[in-house]
Amino acid sequence: MKILVCVKQVPDTNEVKIDPVKGTLIREGVPSILNPDDANALEAALAIKDNDPNVKVSVLTMGPPQATEMLRECLSMGADDAYLLSDRAFGGADTWSTSNTLAAGIRKIGDLDIIFAGRQAIDGDTAQVGPQTAQRLNIPVVTYVQNVELAGDKVIVQRQMEDGYELIEVKTPCLLTAVKELNEPRYMSIYNIVDACSKEITVWGHEDIKLSPENCGLKASPTQVFRSFTPPTKGKGEMLTGTTAEVSKSLISKLKGLHVI
Amino acid sequence: MIFNEQHELIRKLARDFAKKELTSDVLDKIEETDVFPEEILNKMGKAGFFGIKIPKELGGAGSDHRGYVAVMEEIARESAVASLYVSSPNSLGGGPLLLSGTDEQLKKYLKPVVTGEKILAFALTEPGAGSDASGMTTTAVEDGDYYVLNGRKTFITMAPLADYAVVYAKTDMCRGAKGITAFIVDMKSEGVSCGKSEHKMGLIGCATSDIILENVRVPKEDMLGELNQGFTNAMKTLDVGRIGVAAQSIGVAQAALDEAIKYAKDRKQFGRRIADFQGISFMIAEMATKLQAAKHLVYDAAYKKDTNQNATVAASMAKFYASEVCNEICAKAVQIHGGYGYMKEYRVERLYRDCRVFTIYEGTSQVQQMVISGQLLK
Repeated sequence: MKILVCVKQVPDTNEVKIDPVKGTLIREGVPSILNPDDANALEAALAIKDNDPNVKVSVLTMGPPQATEMLRECLSMGADDAYLLSDRAFGGADTWSTSNTLAAGIRKIGDLDIIFAGRQAIDGDTAQVGPQTAQRLNIPVVTYVQNVELAGDKVIVQRQMEDGYELIEVKTPCLLTAVKELNEPRYMSIYNIVDACSKEITVWGHEDIKLSPENCGLKASPTQVFRSFTPPTKGKGEMLTGTTAEVSKSLISKLKGLHVI
Repeated sequence: MIFNEQHELIRKLARDFAKKELTSDVLDKIEETDVFPEEILNKMGKAGFFGIKIPKELGGAGSDHRGYVAVMEEIARESAVASLYVSSPNSLGGGPLLLSGTDEQLKKYLKPVVTGEKILAFALTEPGAGSDASGMTTTAVEDGDYYVLNGRKTFITMAPLADYAVVYAKTDMCRGAKGITAFIVDMKSEGVSCGKSEHKMGLIGCATSDIILENVRVPKEDMLGELNQGFTNAMKTLDVGRIGVAAQSIGVAQAALDEAIKYAKDRKQFGRRIADFQGISFMIAEMATKLQAAKHLVYDAAYKKDTNQNATVAASMAKFYASEVCNEICAKAVQIHGGYGYMKEYRVERLYRDCRVFTIYEGTSQVQQMVISGQLLK
């Protein structure tokens, strides 16, 4: 069985500070990390490999050359091999263009049973790349996956809903996007780190995956960004304490004070 | 560059692990109960922390001394006692076996230690033989296919938890250091017992006690290395051990410096941050500079080991300077915290207690000075 995990290197938003004047993110000096939902996706693949040593887990990303650092982390968690789609032509891609490039890379890797991706990346929060990639590959997709069970040439997954979950049986090959409730990503291990550092990472440019430059990157991105800004942060909520009667009374007086009622 | 990509990844792993697992709640509980959680030890084993620089064919992770230093430093930065559990199998526990073990011994004793299934203690010190290890009085007398061991070892880290111990004993009373042999002793053997756990100033959560040997029969195949060659084995093991303590020292010192900086920026007196007073800011500058110097000594010693250079002096210099400077930095961090630094609720209180032993164990600062000067004045 062959599993591919789509991953992305993102700025650690916990470390990102906001420029107080411009209201934009200060990205300089911010460490880059493996996108958290993608770590859950990788863990799901590795858990399947734990139970069956014949399973091969590959990771794929599109990004600048420094994304190899993150790919080495994935290898150090236990992935077998890693692919980097890196080319100046891929730069400035929106989700439409990114999924087109990823799909081309996936076609070249070929012969996959399950493709995992994170639900969304913490720097863009679109949650579009996973489903778009599946659409381009013409395979079924299940998003918000919180549990996976293998059943022959099918997988049975729980799709997270706000108030419960859907139980879905899906035929492989398929693409599943992982939520953080799916699992707890493992640590790297020194055993794997030592091996990971001697592994070759496959790097492909647009010619390798048979995409013309017009069909990738900024040139192929219909999305236009007019302005980026940080929404004003909400004030801290206030917790009222006391008996139900006291809390209700206090709540009403506060709402009246704010002229809400 | 001293560190390569592998070392950076190992450091990241250790940092992530320490920050996530060794939370203040966990550490407070360890301090309260004197017990280190088994669950965290299991996770450390899985991550490969117990066999960092032990070759893959012996069950280890196959990294090197720089990888070991990175883990020790980052783990000690959150918890000095946790780093003791890392150093034990890598250094004093695994070291003697790695140096002198036969294939059978490595398979039987080292592999389970590296995976964390078993704990192996290092038993050299005696009540009357500390810095002068050659003055030991524990004896091993040949008797058929066995050696019969009698004596008392003291301050043995993890003795009450250990499955095995490497015990150094005199096989020839007339030859001093040249009459010492190492043995692997099963702690469940008849005649082996442990003294009560010591009440230590710091490093709470890792039991230390005496090992008492009364007519303990050790099969000859459990002799480690050659007859009367045990002292060399012990000294070579301590050579590596020193780098570990030096790495612990820079980890704890970094934690103390971080806390001092944070506090100096928060605490206000006389209407301004105490960091704005030169008395405090110069202290911080000195702490940071000395820590940086110590780090480079430690990294240099590890690099020398990894590149098969003679590292004896470098390791002694690193251990001597890093442990002394760590004590100085922790003392200053407490000073900067004022009265709060004396309270257990503040992290620096524990750092100050934990680091006190760094200038003492695995060769006191004075022994390191003997080693360094001895090489220079040959």
